[in-house]
Amino acid sequence: MTALAASLLTELIVAAVVVLGAFTLPARWRSPVSGLGSVVLSAVAATTGILAMTGIGGALSVRTTLAGALTFAPDRLGGLFMVIVSLVGVLASLYAMRSARGAETSRSGWAAWVVFLASMQLVPAAADMVSFLLAWELMTLCSVLLLATGHRLRSSVASATIWYLAMSQLSFFLVAAGFAVLAGVAGSTSFAAVAAIGSGSWQVDVAFVLLLVGFAAKAELVPLHVWVPRVLPEAPAPVAAAMSGAMVKVGVYGALLVCVRLLPAGPPWWGVLIMALGGASAVYGILQASVNSGLKVLLAYSTTENMGLVFLAVGAAVLLRGLDATAAADAALMSAVLLTISHALFKTTLFLAAGAIEHATDETNLDRLGGLLRRMPWTAAAFGIAALSAAALPITSGFVAEWTLLQSLIHGSRISGTPVAVIVSVAMPLGVAVVALTAGLALLTFVKAYGIAFLARPRSAEAATAVEAPLGMRVSLVAGAVAIILLGVLPGPAAQAVASAVFTNPAEVVRSAGLAGVSFPGIGVLLDPATLALIVALLAVPVLILVSIVSRRHRSRVSELPWGGGGSRARPRMQYTATSYAEPLVRVFDDVLKPSRDVQVTHLGESRYLIERVQIEQRMTDVFETRVYRPLLNVAERFGVLARHAQNGSIHRYLAYSFVALVIVLVVVAL
Amino acid sequence: MIGAAVLIALVQVMLFLFLAPLLVGVMRQVRSRLEGRVGSGIWQPWRDVRKLLRKAPVRARDSSWILSIGPLALLLSSLLLCVLLPLVGALDVPWISSDLFVIVSVMLLGVVALALVGLDAGTAFGGMGSSRHMTVAALVEPTVLLAVYALSIPAGTSSLSVIVGTRLHVPSEIISPVSVLALVALAIAIMAETSRLPIDNPSTHLELTMMHEAMLLEGSGRDLAWLEMGSWIKLTVLLGLLGNLTAPWGILTDVTIGSVLLGVAAITVKVLLLGVALSVGEVFLAKARLFRVPELLAGSFALALLAVTASYLVA
Repeated sequence: MTALAASLLTELIVAAVVVLGAFTLPARWRSPVSGLGSVVLSAVAATTGILAMTGIGGALSVRTTLAGALTFAPDRLGGLFMVIVSLVGVLASLYAMRSARGAETSRSGWAAWVVFLASMQLVPAAADMVSFLLAWELMTLCSVLLLATGHRLRSSVASATIWYLAMSQLSFFLVAAGFAVLAGVAGSTSFAAVAAIGSGSWQVDVAFVLLLVGFAAKAELVPLHVWVPRVLPEAPAPVAAAMSGAMVKVGVYGALLVCVRLLPAGPPWWGVLIMALGGASAVYGILQASVNSGLKVLLAYSTTENMGLVFLAVGAAVLLRGLDATAAADAALMSAVLLTISHALFKTTLFLAAGAIEHATDETNLDRLGGLLRRMPWTAAAFGIAALSAAALPITSGFVAEWTLLQSLIHGSRISGTPVAVIVSVAMPLGVAVVALTAGLALLTFVKAYGIAFLARPRSAEAATAVEAPLGMRVSLVAGAVAIILLGVLPGPAAQAVASAVFTNPAEVVRSAGLAGVSFPGIGVLLDPATLALIVALLAVPVLILVSIVSRRHRSRVSELPWGGGGSRARPRMQYTATSYAEPLVRVFDDVLKPSRDVQVTHLGESRYLIERVQIEQRMTDVFETRVYRPLLNVAERFGVLARHAQNGSIHRYLAYSFVALVIVLVVVAL
Repeated sequence: MIGAAVLIALVQVMLFLFLAPLLVGVMRQVRSRLEGRVGSGIWQPWRDVRKLLRKAPVRARDSSWILSIGPLALLLSSLLLCVLLPLVGALDVPWISSDLFVIVSVMLLGVVALALVGLDAGTAFGGMGSSRHMTVAALVEPTVLLAVYALSIPAGTSSLSVIVGTRLHVPSEIISPVSVLALVALAIAIMAETSRLPIDNPSTHLELTMMHEAMLLEGSGRDLAWLEMGSWIKLTVLLGLLGNLTAPWGILTDVTIGSVLLGVAAITVKVLLLGVALSVGEVFLAKARLFRVPELLAGSFALALLAVTASYLVA
């Protein structure tokens, strides 16, 4: 038994022990012990992932009576995703230990959490389709249980759960169908056998499309994203963090499994298809995020955006590799992985911070928050850093990832001065435009989220009396923020480690350069954030000296009535809210967003010119939900109504059905 | 090489610290004269900064440290632009990158700092300015990056010093259709980024039209001084960049005393000329309605997209 197999076995045993503990321990001990157990489980899984990334190999086979032997043998790519998922697991479990309340602390709540984490870690480890699908479905079912923990508190949880179940079963069905086609072509369910078939036949194309759509549903891409804005806001903070930070990455792993490991030589139109799917998701996701005022809804839509960018990068890699622009293709693939890692870190931190705000104020509507920076400094700092990363600004991990994506796109269209192909010359500029628009809107979104929630004056009594989250919850927030900055300032070593997991020739794709910056020798670009930080520090020295001299002479004064247009600034209601902040954008993108607006004016007495009261209500709806899903559901409902006529509870009618059925069977047998 | 790069960076920072208020003074003076006013002289911005630094800032009770740190962040991001952009000299030092994507993101850090300052005091005007400012910034972003893409195609890199160097050696690049379209798109984007007419009126305090000024309303004393300096330096370096992209002559590529002096003189002349031209142009322009601005930006986006596609048709 190799070290890798031993590590996998340990992981399974730890998971079993923690589940047992969750069921047997008394309520007092359950949360701390199970939480700690989940942290240990994630740490073991991270070790397994690191072992797999070194490429030592090894397999763990579990013999079952029903499904045959389940084999878990993570390769380098799988190991990388095990590490990503486990890191999120560590942060979320630490947080859950302290934050769990109500039904989350029940036996089944904790058991579902542990199995959820373990199955997410097992999906990238699977070496054949059956074990992959088994772990995949286990992951989905446990997340449904975790989501349903809140159903007694809010009625909206039930509808969210149903949406989630339906969409994830659709995703499972598509993935299973895609795998079935591949297994039919290859004659085996093991991934190693499928990797040998190559592409070119129409069956493989069908399988590719099925798998892509299936994984896209898990990765929250448009138009299969409708569950996201319902589910993530309803889930408890650590569950939402794990779903958005880790479970979604399993969908990305699926896409990479198909595009890199199973069918590496796909035709260019696969790349175009993936890019289109990713680009549309990125723009639509961030547009919805920028106009929504619910903090968790905003974060949920931003997940759609980020996964869109990841798929855009994967699509560019497939397209460019198909046309032999290898260096740029490698850089694009690298950016997909960097985006994934960066998103795992910042979105986990953002969701946990949103949970801390909810914990303190019972509120996630930005329009009722404000002034939290002074009351929750730790949460504010962590949220701020994660928001910088989400807006792809230096010196964070998000910036490095998006910079890599842009560089791969602008270097993709030409090899040493000559255009590669017409399709690339069209796709790459559009790709750059999509990334740019997304980046711009992300900037607005996160300035809005941070500025409205943490700055200015409280917009409600709850926000005015908020207290900082307890230490146990702050630890995860700070750890996430530190990791984001570390990856942003010193991306070189991490990028090299990641490259060795994805490429066979990592040194030719990415190197560490300067002060632990990244360089891509294939396309000749270099980014050294540490040098930038150093220059800023040098520039800051004289400025700060000047500031300290000036501020000693002229101390700042605090006033109740500073400028404020010269008048009273009495009422916090006069401030801009999240809704008003996004108002210009709603107007600009009116045709895409289709907001429903309701204005009621009450006139004073007889005069039309004097107004007593104006009431404005604006609702943002998801265009896909109202225009695509609603009609489909209506049709389904109509069939349901028709079916009710056939099944009206009358015993005579049922007897008649049985009789007719019997007659038909007899006729068929007689023929 | 490193020594030369440090020297150039130092020269650029010092020069633009001095030049920025001067440029603003010149632009205001030109505008005053054209409108038939006497004007306050070209040194007035310098006097304003000196005055502001001698005043104690007044801050709202509910404001946070963002109100004191944000202005410094804006100033530092502008100073960093002075270091990174090829203004006096275009030396290609590998890890002090003049990569355009890095430069745009550094500029956006300043934009974010200013937007947060606008929100911090919790007034209606600050929020309004911040919201409009960010909307424009979001819509400008695609134009800027596509223009960058178009400019990067002939040079094969997004590093600005190499792009400027290529244009210096092959002047025919400058009047190629790709370059002209990209420059026009970039010029409109720069108007938007630096809050000039017709996107924003830098001299208005009328509530319905304010963008940039609305965010500064709560700033006072040295906070306001940093905010003003930061915005002025940003305007100056972006004009300098536009100048060097259209007329790269005079920029130094090797370091001698003479070439440094020539480089300093050349960029000063370019910046002041562009500033005067901008100021004259602004006299004849009215501010566009806020909801007409996206149309203007969409137009400039179309130009940038044309520039990129033209590069495949023409070249």
